[in-house]
Amino acid sequence: MLELIVFSLLNGLVYGLLLFMLSSGLTLIFSMMGVLNFAHASLYMLGAYFAYSISAKVGFWPGLVIAPVLVGVVGALIERYGLRNVHRYGHVAELIFTFGIAFLIEESIQLIWGKQTMDYREPEILSVPLFTLWGTDFPAYKAFMLAVSIGIFIALLLVLTRTRVGLIIQAAITHPNQVAMLGHNVPLVFTGVFGVGSALAGLAGVIAGPALGTFPGMAAVLGSIVFVVIVVGGLGSLWGAFLASLLIGMLQTFAVAVDYSLEDLFAEIGISTSKTSALSDLYTVTVAQIGPILPYLLLVLILIFRPTGLFGKREV
Amino acid sequence: MIDRRQFTRLAAVLAAGLVAFPTLAADPVRIGFIDPLSGPFAAVGTSGLRQAQFTADEINKAGGVLGGRKLVVVGFDNKISPKESLIQLKRVIGDGIQFIMQGNSSGVANALIDAVAKHNEREPDKRVLYLNYSAVDPSLTNEKCSYWHFRFDANADMKMNALTDVIAANKKMKKIYIIGQDYSFGKAVAAAAVRDLSLKRPDIEIVGNELHPIGKVKDFSPYIAKIKASGAQAVITGNWGADMLNLSKAASDAGLEIPFYTYYAAGNGITKAIGAGGVGKVRLVHEGPSNPPLTDAWRNLEKRYEAKYNDKENFTQPRISNTVHMLANAINKAKSTDPAKVAAALEGMRYTTIWGDVVTMRASDHQLQMPIRISVHTNKGIEFDMDHSGYGLLTESEVSAHVASTPTTCKMKRP
Repeated sequence: MLELIVFSLLNGLVYGLLLFMLSSGLTLIFSMMGVLNFAHASLYMLGAYFAYSISAKVGFWPGLVIAPVLVGVVGALIERYGLRNVHRYGHVAELIFTFGIAFLIEESIQLIWGKQTMDYREPEILSVPLFTLWGTDFPAYKAFMLAVSIGIFIALLLVLTRTRVGLIIQAAITHPNQVAMLGHNVPLVFTGVFGVGSALAGLAGVIAGPALGTFPGMAAVLGSIVFVVIVVGGLGSLWGAFLASLLIGMLQTFAVAVDYSLEDLFAEIGISTSKTSALSDLYTVTVAQIGPILPYLLLVLILIFRPTGLFGKREV
Repeated sequence: MIDRRQFTRLAAVLAAGLVAFPTLAADPVRIGFIDPLSGPFAAVGTSGLRQAQFTADEINKAGGVLGGRKLVVVGFDNKISPKESLIQLKRVIGDGIQFIMQGNSSGVANALIDAVAKHNEREPDKRVLYLNYSAVDPSLTNEKCSYWHFRFDANADMKMNALTDVIAANKKMKKIYIIGQDYSFGKAVAAAAVRDLSLKRPDIEIVGNELHPIGKVKDFSPYIAKIKASGAQAVITGNWGADMLNLSKAASDAGLEIPFYTYYAAGNGITKAIGAGGVGKVRLVHEGPSNPPLTDAWRNLEKRYEAKYNDKENFTQPRISNTVHMLANAINKAKSTDPAKVAAALEGMRYTTIWGDVVTMRASDHQLQMPIRISVHTNKGIEFDMDHSGYGLLTESEVSAHVASTPTTCKMKRP
């Protein structure tokens, strides 16, 4: 039992922190520009494909640096030459624009790389077990994913709270006009934040590619869950995104380990259920089977009872 | 969504091109290949399409069918969705194609078998014949059987019977974990495993019987942790495509080195992912003898196929060869491409496979009666490896067609 708990914790942590890397960029962009960027998961996908191609030529490590930068540049270009022009038509236009960009990126990737799963692998040095507990190995690559995600979280926190740039960004979130009056180039800050947010998504793609697979559906797999993270965490809150990511990571991982169904619950309180009942299908569904929908259940509950999210200041 | 749009356009162009010409005697005989050509199962679908096309090309080189008409396999992407498959079926029918091939997902097969039967009843002059090369839910040739459906792969019960024989022979085996995809096939595998084991080895404890969402799980680590904690000595799984690939990847990452008894743990990257950790431990039940290849004809075919794709592809589904060859033979025997005549010709047809097995299409349920083999993942004695990995499948035991056969409850309604 203990080993199941420990490994579920570790797996949940890895998955949760990966979600955080994706959602941190999204939540930053939203809090600053008010844009719900539907293309975010596509940029994540782009990161993985870039890294795959780069790693095939020069190895994994250069890819780890170059691919996120490339994705960041793509993101900055999208903001500078796309979003900024669309901005004046309001939020609906922006939403539709990012929606279009998402399709454009995903389709282009399939045109260039094809529809097959790419053979993008972790580097040899990380494809060994880091430690063994109760006979189960913990892969070094997962530890690497953990380290990168935590590093990014700390770096973001420091930049936002301890540097001049961070001050300007925080000020621009709440008082963009005032900041512009003071002589700061707010549009440039926007482009920068969009670029950095995109680069974070790209980085998430680079390190998730070998672990979760690099294939055309990879954006769709995480695309919707990322929105759950930022709504649960509170739109625009870095801490919120961090805790919500961990919460959802743990929720999904632990759900798999629980073979408990309504039938068991009824038996516990002394109600017997018949196998022939029309509802028996419902009774026998285990927590493990409904695991994938739990985050969405959480989303609905949060929207009903705490529309600002766990740490958010404004309503969704 | 955009996939569909792009595909629709492509298909529309194709269809326009095909419809524009009236049928001539020398026109190719087309087979609509309805399978996932995009999404998580694209790797399996596209490799199946390649193998079907390759077999058709071989038949064409040898003179085609009906004295010179060529066989052409046309791909239709169903994205593994039953709903999308029905749309593709309409397109196939609209194009005047008379034969469809499908294999991936019994969920899709259950939708197609009904749709084809209904269509054939409604429009007897535009009938289609459904050749199922790999969807192995037993019900398709039992309670749901249809005259217009022919299955060219051993069904899940036949395969499980062979697998559990091997498991039952190991007296030390006491605890087994069953994991599968949450749909008709995964459930059929689990039911067959529980039933067969309780008959053959009632002392074996099923320590886990798990269904996970099909094609959605990317990291199987939580499941592996659960299997490990259950104390299982072996795993039975019917997983295929990305679900098998990711399961074996997570197992080897976690160092879970217990035996796996599988249906589809080879090829399309899976063999490579299993690698050294699974040597002598991962077994699979299938039709084809990968190693040794048994006949020179089969050896040469595998070589030609691998050469054509620069060693990047393997002929992973030999049943596809049987399917296309038996269709060609039936067309020749019927002297027509009329699905009703071809179906009549297929019933009871005997065929000697390229690797020398004699198989028969049982008329009572349209389930091919065929020998089944259990192979083991290894790097010793391998003439044909898979995924260019040095590892491949070595035949360990063989079950004759007679022994592999299971009775049917099919009450075939003939037109």
